[in-house]
Formats: sequence, C-alpha cells, structure tokens
Amino acid sequence: MIELAHLTKQFGGVTALDDVSLRIDAGERLALVGENGAGKSSLMNVLYGLYQPDSGTISFDGVPTRLRTPAAALARGVGMVHQHFTLVPTLSVAENVVLGHEPRRGLGLDLSRARTEVAATCASLGFELDPRALVSSLTVGSQQKVEIVKALHRGVKTLVLDEPTAVLTPQEATELFAVTRTLSERGLTVILISHKLKEVLTFATRIAVMRRGRKVTEVSPQGTTPEALAEAMIGRAAPVGSHAPATPGPVVLSLHQVCSQGLVDVSLELRAGEILGIAGVDGNGQRELTEVVTGLRPFTSGVLTVAGQRVDRLDPARARALGVAHVPEDRLRRALVADLTVEENVSLGRHTQPPFAKGPRIDFAGRRARTLELVNANDVRPPTPTLRGGALSGGNQQKLVVARELDAKPKLLVVNQPTRGLDIAAVEAVRERLRAQRLEGCGVLLVSLDLDEVLALADRLVVFARGRAVATFERATFDERLIGQHMLGVAHA
Amino acid sequence: MGELLRSLVSSVLDAAPPLIFAALGATLSERSGVVNVGVEGMMRAGAFVAAVAALAMPTPLAVVVGMAAGALVASVHAVLTIRLRCDQVVSGMAINLVMLALGTFLLEALFSSPSSTPPITQLPGWAGHPVTTWLAFALPVLVHLALTRTAWGLRVRAAGEKPQAVAVMGVRVGWLRAGAVLASGALAGLGGAVLSTATLDRFEHHMPTGLGFMAVAAMVFGRWTPLGATAAAVFFAFGDALRISLGSSAPGLMPQGVLLALPYLLTLVVLAVSGQRSAAPAALGVAWDPEVR
Repeated sequence: MIELAHLTKQFGGVTALDDVSLRIDAGERLALVGENGAGKSSLMNVLYGLYQPDSGTISFDGVPTRLRTPAAALARGVGMVHQHFTLVPTLSVAENVVLGHEPRRGLGLDLSRARTEVAATCASLGFELDPRALVSSLTVGSQQKVEIVKALHRGVKTLVLDEPTAVLTPQEATELFAVTRTLSERGLTVILISHKLKEVLTFATRIAVMRRGRKVTEVSPQGTTPEALAEAMIGRAAPVGSHAPATPGPVVLSLHQVCSQGLVDVSLELRAGEILGIAGVDGNGQRELTEVVTGLRPFTSGVLTVAGQRVDRLDPARARALGVAHVPEDRLRRALVADLTVEENVSLGRHTQPPFAKGPRIDFAGRRARTLELVNANDVRPPTPTLRGGALSGGNQQKLVVARELDAKPKLLVVNQPTRGLDIAAVEAVRERLRAQRLEGCGVLLVSLDLDEVLALADRLVVFARGRAVATFERATFDERLIGQHMLGVAHA
Repeated sequence: MGELLRSLVSSVLDAAPPLIFAALGATLSERSGVVNVGVEGMMRAGAFVAAVAALAMPTPLAVVVGMAAGALVASVHAVLTIRLRCDQVVSGMAINLVMLALGTFLLEALFSSPSSTPPITQLPGWAGHPVTTWLAFALPVLVHLALTRTAWGLRVRAAGEKPQAVAVMGVRVGWLRAGAVLASGALAGLGGAVLSTATLDRFEHHMPTGLGFMAVAAMVFGRWTPLGATAAAVFFAFGDALRISLGSSAPGLMPQGVLLALPYLLTLVVLAVSGQRSAAPAALGVAWDPEVR
C-alpha cells in the first residue's frame, strides 16, 4: 500500500498540488481524473521521484520514504508511462528498455543478452515487438508498448499510465486496456491518469477526482455517471454542444491528386458551410495537408483550388488574400509570439491594414479598440491588450488565436488540433466558435488526432493513412470501429 | 612527386593529432547534449599548463597535467551549463576569451615574455613521430567503442537525444553530462598539450590558433561520430600540410596570405557544404531541468 499524505508542490508561484492525500491499495485499478492542469501528472511525477514535493510525505507500507530520483521510485516498484513518451528514437527497442540497468559483459554492454531478456518480457506480455527495431520506425501504438515493457522489465509492482490513450486509435486503446487488465489480474497495481470518462468508468475499480491542484472527491465507478464525474472535474455542469444539420454551399477548397512531401495523390473537396474532419494517427499526412492548403508547404503535382481559384503556387500571404485562415497545432510556434502583447499578436498578419495601421504607421488607438472588441467577444481572460501573449493560459491563447483568425472573415478555416491541452470549458468555447463559423457559411477543415473531436464536429470525415486519403465517411455513417481500422491501414475497402 | 607526397604524409601525421584529440573531445560533450565551443580555450589551457609543468617534471607527466588543466576548465563549463543552465554557446565563448587573456597574462607574469615559455624537452618519439601521433590513431577507436559498446556510451547517447528517457530510468542526466564534458576537456587539453610538447617545445602566445574551432568543425563534418570526426580532422590537417608543402616546394604559386588561410578556408567550405544539422543530437544545447513542465 502506498500512501501520499498532504503533498504540496508549487512551480514558480503556481500551485500545482495543494495538500493532496491519496491512498493506493495493492492490486487495485485506480483512476485519477481531472482537467488539464488539475495536478494529476504532477502528483504522479512526485510519486515517481521526478518532482520533489515542497511538503508532505510518501509512505510505502507505512514507511515514510523520500524519493529523490526515479531510481528510488523504481527501487520501490513504481514505474510510470509518461504521456509524452520518454523513448530515444535513434536507439533500438532493447537499448531503450535496458537503459539505466544495462546487462554487462566485462567493460562492455551485453546487447545480445539485452535483446534476449527484452524479447522474453515482450513475450510474457503478449507483445510482438522486435528488440532490434529502431524506436523511430515504430507506430505510436507500438512505442507505447515499449514504454510498458520498459516499466515491467524492471519488475515494477505499481504502474502509472499517464493519458495512455491520447495518441492511440480506438483499437489500440482497447488492446491496451485488455493487456492492462490482464496485468492487473496478475497482481499489478495500476494507476490510470485520464480525462476520458468512458474509459475510466469501464476500467477503474476506484476513481479519484482532482481539480486545481486538490483532490476533490473519490468515487466508485458503480456509484457515478459520466455527467457527475465531469461536474466534479470542472466544478459545475459541463456544457454540451449540439450539431445542427449542414447546409453546404459552393466548394471552397478542392484538391485533385495533390502530391507533396508527405502527401500522395490526395483528392478531397470542402464546401462552404460544412466541417470536413481529417482523422488519422499522428504523422500520416495531416500536418502536410494543412501546410499545403495554407501555403506553408509547396505541392509538387496535382490541382489545388482555393476559394474558387486554381492556384499553381501558394504562399501564406496569397492564401490569406484568398480568404484562408489558419489555426495551427502549435500555437506558440506558429500562431502567437509569446513576447509580444495581446494587441500586437492580434494585429499580426494584418498589421499593415486598418484598423491596425494608418499608412506606414501603427494605428495604436485602432488596434487597441479592435483588440478590446475581440477579447471581450471571445471571453479571453484577462482581457488586457497590453499583457504578454505568453502570460495567457493555453486556453485563452487559443481563444485569442481563433478570434484573430475569424476576425479576418475567412472563406476557409484550417484548424489543426484546435483543443489540444485545453480545459473542458475552453474546449467547448472553441468548438462552439467552429460550429458558428460553419453556420455562417465558412468551410472548416478540421484536423485532430482526437477521434472523438472529429466525430463530434465533422459533417464529413476523411481518414488519412501514410499520406493518402484512404476513406470518406458521411456523418450519418460514422462508424468508430471502421474508421479506426482505416486509420491503422487494416481495413478491407 | 614522391618527395612531396612523403613530406605531405609526414606533415599530416604531425598536424592531425591535436585536431583529432580536440575533435573527439567535442564529440563526447556534444553527444551528451552539451555544446562545447570552449574547446579552443580548453586546448589553450592544456598547451600552457603542459609547457609550464614540463619545466619541472618529465614531459609525459606534464602532458597528463595539461589534460587535467583542460578538464578543470571544462568543469567551469559544466557548472555553468548543467548546474546553472547558462546558454551553452555563450559559456563556451566566454571560456575561450578568458583563456586567451589568462594565457597572455600568465606568460607575461611568470616568464616576462610576450611570446613564449622557455624551451622544454619534447615528448619522446617512436618511428619518427611523437608517441601522441600514434595515440591519436588508437584513441578514436577506443572512443568509438566506448560510445557504442558500453552502458556508459548508451546513456551518453540517450542523454543527447532525449534526456527525459535517461532521467525516468533512474540515471542522473546532470552527472552523466558533466562526466562527458570533463572527458571532453581532458581530450582538448591533451590536444593542446601536444602542440606545446610535441609539435613545438614550448607554449607560444597564439596557441592553439583556432584549432579548437577547427576541431568543432571536424566534429560537425564527421556527423558527431568519433570516427567521422577523426577522418574530418585528418582532412583538415591535410589542408594544413598542403599549406606547408606548397609554401616550401612551390613558393610563389599563390600569395603567402592565401596559403596561410588555406586550412581555415577549407573549414569554411566544408561547413558550408555539410551545413545540415540533421546529424546533431536532438537535445543538443538544451539544458536539462527535471522539473520543467
């Protein structure tokens, strides 16, 4: 039994953990739920010895223990699979698994023994992994298996899984839970961090809910509902979006056998007033698609038509002039400049046009006025035009980016991972803006790795695999299993 | 022609070792994820200290002291970049500037000379070349084996690519990198010591004359591998040998200034051609903070 008592942890004045106490019984399947930033990962990183708590204690079977490093946690049988994989892509599976406790022969590393041992661990888990394969050559699902092997190879008795299904297809997720359940039945204690309530309710034997660094309640899965859990997570009733039928207008984007680096013969069509969702496992051409359409990446062949105009070459300025707006996946790299103020960020891209400029000069008053309008209308908090963009929370940054892009009255809106890392309220705010945009007659190209998001928003859905558009589904015929099979490239067309 | 070739090979064998040692050092540090442009300063420390130590002890021992001096300077780099998480390039350049000034100052303060230390007994030779020349062709293989065939090497490579992976497996990234940086300094110190105890018989005020930077260039050209860096170092040394041979065998072929600049021009051209960063370790230059979120 592990007992976490009164743990508190601050990061530069921000309280990540606020007096959290939690008991973990041997052999149970405990789920830790909460919004992004609720402190779930921080709590587990403390248990794993990665973070040092400011106060509070951790006890193993009643013995208070200080975990100064992950080595100390591993020595006490605690292993963790991190949300962002901690694998070295340039090394092989076996090298990754034995890293830190390598079998040796004399002065050297005994790689052949490492391979044999790792192969044995994989076999005991029923994983088909080649110990010699480079991690960079594996699918995301296989990489996650390597992470699990890494922990179990060291004989851990408690396994923490941090958002394990965030990057998996539905099939991979099902398989993961099947394996984990088997391990649990063999006596492994499992702690699952998640914000997907469906999977939590079917998997866990006990659920702890966290909110803003505190543990707010503990429930059993039998005694609760997804709605009640969501309410406990965000502190009030969760908003729900509705989906009005689409009224498609003229084609605003069409690709005919477009090829580029990462894209192979992609043909698709998007009409005004509809949301076209792109589903796929990460790295199957989705990013390349958004980059081609927004002029960030050249295409090598095929026909691209944007807002009714056939374009032979596209650059971001031309794309904007044609009415394309872009909400990229990485806001701090491609959408916002963290060190510029909110109002400066709002003017980016249109900084030479009114109301942001008067001739060659910046129109400070006009820029301020428009910024205030936008932040108020979009509930960007705090609504301070002079604040650094980087000082806003992720959700508010995203709301600002969406507000700026929509202010240009686009005909085509390209969004990639629009709600990644946002809390439930911000997710719903962003999704609501996308739905509203669709009703106003804008065509929305939505790329998301979160299949649930695509299913919730899209009128039509195209599955990408290996840079190709492999299947199309209408909203009425959305079939999660079939879509998942296409994502994995195992469907028979 | 045979005469020219023989003198070229001989010159390469003399000019390459300092570059090879320094390039191996740079490779070790950078494979662990710490940029080391302070190689120049670490070489200078090794060259000076070895030349001074050789006044009081056998030269081979003095070379070891020179290596220790390189490691000592590297420890400053390690503290600045790993412990205090300073910018790694800035720290390296600062070390170079301080070592440049310190060397000149100590030369004046200890020996009242603006140009060089007193002469010493040179390192013993074997088959017509200093022992370090032969060491310079054995060491790359050893470093290669250490990086690819030992647990330590696996950890160093992992730390340079993905420090999180090393940390979550219970290995302290900071200490691992510090070890690599210290080894890097010792190797750079060895390279410097060769200049003042084998190439010449004293420390001269201009040492190591940009060789540290050429070593970094050799590492890049060699795609951050010990054997590649060694091959690149030999290539650069060939440029230097060409300069000497052309200067003596064909005077007037090109202006003296161009001739002197030849190795450096070669370095520039090679860097321009091999300009891709793709071979660099992924986490190169990124300070490791276990609690970063």
